[in-house]
Amino acid sequence: MEAHILSWLIWLPVAGIVALTLVPREQKDVIKVIAAVATGLQLWVAVILLMKYDSAVGTYQFLEKAAWIPSFNIHYTLGVDGLSLPMVILTPLLSFLAVFVSWKIEKATKGYFALFLLLDTGMIGVFLALDFFLFYVFWEVMLLPMYFLIGMWGGPQREYAAIKFFLYTLVGSVLMLIAMLALYFTSGETFDLITLSQTAPEQLQGVTWWGFSAIRVIWIMLFIGFAIKVPIFPLHTWLPLAHVEAPTAISVILAGILLKMGLYGMLRINYGLLPEAVWWFAGTLAVLGLINIIWGALCALAQKDLKKLVAYSSINHMGYALLGMAAVVAAGAANGENILSAQAGLSGAVFQMFNHGTISAMLFILVGVLYDRAHHRDIDGFGGLAKQMPIYAGITMVAFFAGLGLPGMSGFVSEFLSFVGAFPVFKVIVVLSTLGILLNAAYFLRAYLKIFFGPLNEKYADIQDINGRELFIVIPLAVITIGLGVYPSPFLNMIKATLNDLITHIVQLGGAF
Amino acid sequence: MNNLQSLPLFLPEWGLLATILIVILVDIIQFHRNDRIAGRWLLWGLLITFGLILFQGQIRITSLFLNSLALDPFGTFFKILLLVSTFLVVVVARLSRELSEVRMGEFYMLISIMLLGMFLMVSAIDIIMVYLSIEVVSLSSFVLSGYLKNSKRSNESALKYVIYGAFSSGLMLFGLSYLYGLTGSTKYYQIAAQLQHLDPAGYGALILAMILILAGFGYKISAVPFHFWTPDVYEGAPTTITAYLSVAPKAAGFAILIRFFHDVFMLPQDAGMQWKALAGLPWPQLLAVLSVVTMTLGNLVALKQTSIKRMLAYSSIAHAGYMLMAIPVLSRDGIFGIMIYLVMYLLMNLGAFFVVIFVENRLNSEQFEDYYGLGWKIPYLGVVMSLFMISLTGLPPTAGFIGKFYVFAAVIKAGPAWYWLAFFGILNSVISLYYYLRVVRMMYLKGERAEVLESPGRCFNVILTALAVPTLVLGIYWAPVAEWVRQSLLFFTQ
Repeated sequence: MEAHILSWLIWLPVAGIVALTLVPREQKDVIKVIAAVATGLQLWVAVILLMKYDSAVGTYQFLEKAAWIPSFNIHYTLGVDGLSLPMVILTPLLSFLAVFVSWKIEKATKGYFALFLLLDTGMIGVFLALDFFLFYVFWEVMLLPMYFLIGMWGGPQREYAAIKFFLYTLVGSVLMLIAMLALYFTSGETFDLITLSQTAPEQLQGVTWWGFSAIRVIWIMLFIGFAIKVPIFPLHTWLPLAHVEAPTAISVILAGILLKMGLYGMLRINYGLLPEAVWWFAGTLAVLGLINIIWGALCALAQKDLKKLVAYSSINHMGYALLGMAAVVAAGAANGENILSAQAGLSGAVFQMFNHGTISAMLFILVGVLYDRAHHRDIDGFGGLAKQMPIYAGITMVAFFAGLGLPGMSGFVSEFLSFVGAFPVFKVIVVLSTLGILLNAAYFLRAYLKIFFGPLNEKYADIQDINGRELFIVIPLAVITIGLGVYPSPFLNMIKATLNDLITHIVQLGGAF
Repeated sequence: MNNLQSLPLFLPEWGLLATILIVILVDIIQFHRNDRIAGRWLLWGLLITFGLILFQGQIRITSLFLNSLALDPFGTFFKILLLVSTFLVVVVARLSRELSEVRMGEFYMLISIMLLGMFLMVSAIDIIMVYLSIEVVSLSSFVLSGYLKNSKRSNESALKYVIYGAFSSGLMLFGLSYLYGLTGSTKYYQIAAQLQHLDPAGYGALILAMILILAGFGYKISAVPFHFWTPDVYEGAPTTITAYLSVAPKAAGFAILIRFFHDVFMLPQDAGMQWKALAGLPWPQLLAVLSVVTMTLGNLVALKQTSIKRMLAYSSIAHAGYMLMAIPVLSRDGIFGIMIYLVMYLLMNLGAFFVVIFVENRLNSEQFEDYYGLGWKIPYLGVVMSLFMISLTGLPPTAGFIGKFYVFAAVIKAGPAWYWLAFFGILNSVISLYYYLRVVRMMYLKGERAEVLESPGRCFNVILTALAVPTLVLGIYWAPVAEWVRQSLLFFTQ
């Protein structure tokens, strides 16, 4: 297994699908167990990977390469580095937990879990692929299961939400297809991301298309593709709808992993292949980050639906990561070669990606718990639940505090790092962004107050507290959130070497700035 | 090569001719009124013809019948494609309910004559042969589309088809006559040689001739603005014939289009396609605009359809547009892209039509509403139909994506000047997602789980699987197809 550990990660869920097809559709428990075993094994492999990973080395590890379509120079190339490792851990973790979140799915259980496992393969494949073509295939493979999962098992507006999600993402990915082919034909006819990160900056240097720099044109195409996924204002409108209509487990996956693919893609492909444009675009990126932060927070403040509130908070949280990513330009000569700030910003961004994965997953699961009992999510429709559901109230407090970035929680560390990194370069933007934290506190605390305190809503006098299965799902996430909040250095050390390499890459190949 | 020498090299066509005669004879002399027997003979004849093509094996590239027909891997590639689609369509025709109510003898005869016409189409290198072969194909398809004598729609479709067909082939003939007048020859390569020394005074006539010839070809591949017949004919014709029309004549049309432009306008000394011989108008740009208009119109109108059959008709117009994208950049890669696209298109489009035929057998309708909850009732049908729809949209990992990938790659390889074309191509893919997914939505997102599940039945199971498996597998590993296409990319050029 050692040699092909990454292939195992990708193909275990597929093996699960094959096993599922052999089970009659009435055997719902067997189906669920198979899904749990497949994702559980995947998580186990991911943990082994984590232990074997050498964090002193910044380059790709556990490389696998096999010819796929030699005539087009397409390869099956996998590898993991400090940038992808956090996501490679997070994906199986959330997939495994999401299986238990979906334990109550009764409608077409077999189809649900088959699609779910296919989604899992697509997601982890995106993070592991080092061949652009393979990356693209995995990126697209994910769309269809997501469409069905939202469209068949979602809420009342599920059809509209599903098609909107699909259309938006497809626009992004077809733009990516053109950019990918343009890179292929201009930079040495290869899809290999490792090679391209060297050849593309050289070959495209000084090339202009219709009077624009080729690098910038490709950057913009890729950026729009990824920005839709993140999502960045104003391309975000699919998100609240999809999140609200999706079943709880799928909201968890959407927020926890799918959004990170956009950021991951920007860091891996935009930053990796087109370092020159990073300098050109960083200011815009910071402004977009600010807009995301403020806009997301303001929208969340206006929501009556708890799930929508959480969905908008995701937009807000992605803004911090964007701000951190923009901070990489601090390493440039014009900004005093402030490598430390660049490091802080980038590691803040990557850490935020991971943290938002755990925190938003927790938030969505908790919203789901409440919805399962009350069958609505109207913030004003509750009241005084703290007495009826003390354990639930306690866990929710952890999640909400993590969401609003309270010190001691992991979210605080990553947001702080992003701010610290970005401050030397984008002073005004950072100062304005901190307003977002204030707004975060406002909407989370307001929601908490309305749901758990005040006079008891008589309708929910005998509401059940959180049960064992649900606790089993939430506790690991809460532990990670608090653990990394108190002691983040193992995580930061793990990603440090790779991020330093990335910064050096951007500074060296990105041209003089 | 003279006529006598050519005869032994005409082997597959001999096989097909024999098949046609046998089918006619069997149909005439059969005593019990079983008109299905002819179909069985036809299937055997097609298999033998296929065998003869394989038997010919690695052929020497040459021209037959005093330079009227080319014998080359390019033609053989299309012949195989046409044979496979004919075979599948004939098998399904025997299962179709609407056709079970009419006499089938002539059906088999006509479809085999049409196939012979297309064999000639894909290898024609003489403008008279071009015209004759196109007419053979058209005349048989006019009759076939009106085959349901008692159906008003079918009759209407045949009539429309005849009018449009006659008009556009008249235009084409007129154009070809100009070409002959300008160059004094009917052979492609002599025309090509003459065009290089064309008196500039003749450019006006050449442009006119080109436009008229394009009208003829465009009609065959249903490119805008010569597409008006398509939706009505496709909707009215028996669905089996619609499936056939959407694949086979279209493939043959592309073959003739590629060969014509390649042989007549590609100068031997040019490495790539320079369109030098076509002074006067920016032809590549014009063709690019034509392709964009074709796919956009096909997709936008398909959005609005209520009948799946009609939707697929418009979608086939859109697909012609995608393939046309690669024509303006007529490079080796472009032709490669079109050929690989056609292979994938054959699989997924026939698959989609066969599902429609099955549903029609069952419910006697092809409206969207009648697909309501079908995926829950007949799970296998739902799965394969979803696969075909995804493939038609062009999402990985399906065959349709690979086809699009190669076409886009050819366009982008041609340089930044063509990026806009690729951009329109992808924009259209996104639009098409909406109406293809509408089928999926009807089948799955609506309706509830049925208590009793049904199966499409053995015959349909086999034939749908035979199309669905390659649709998926070729999306993951298509190297053999790419290799086959690469080897087939050898033209007869003198």
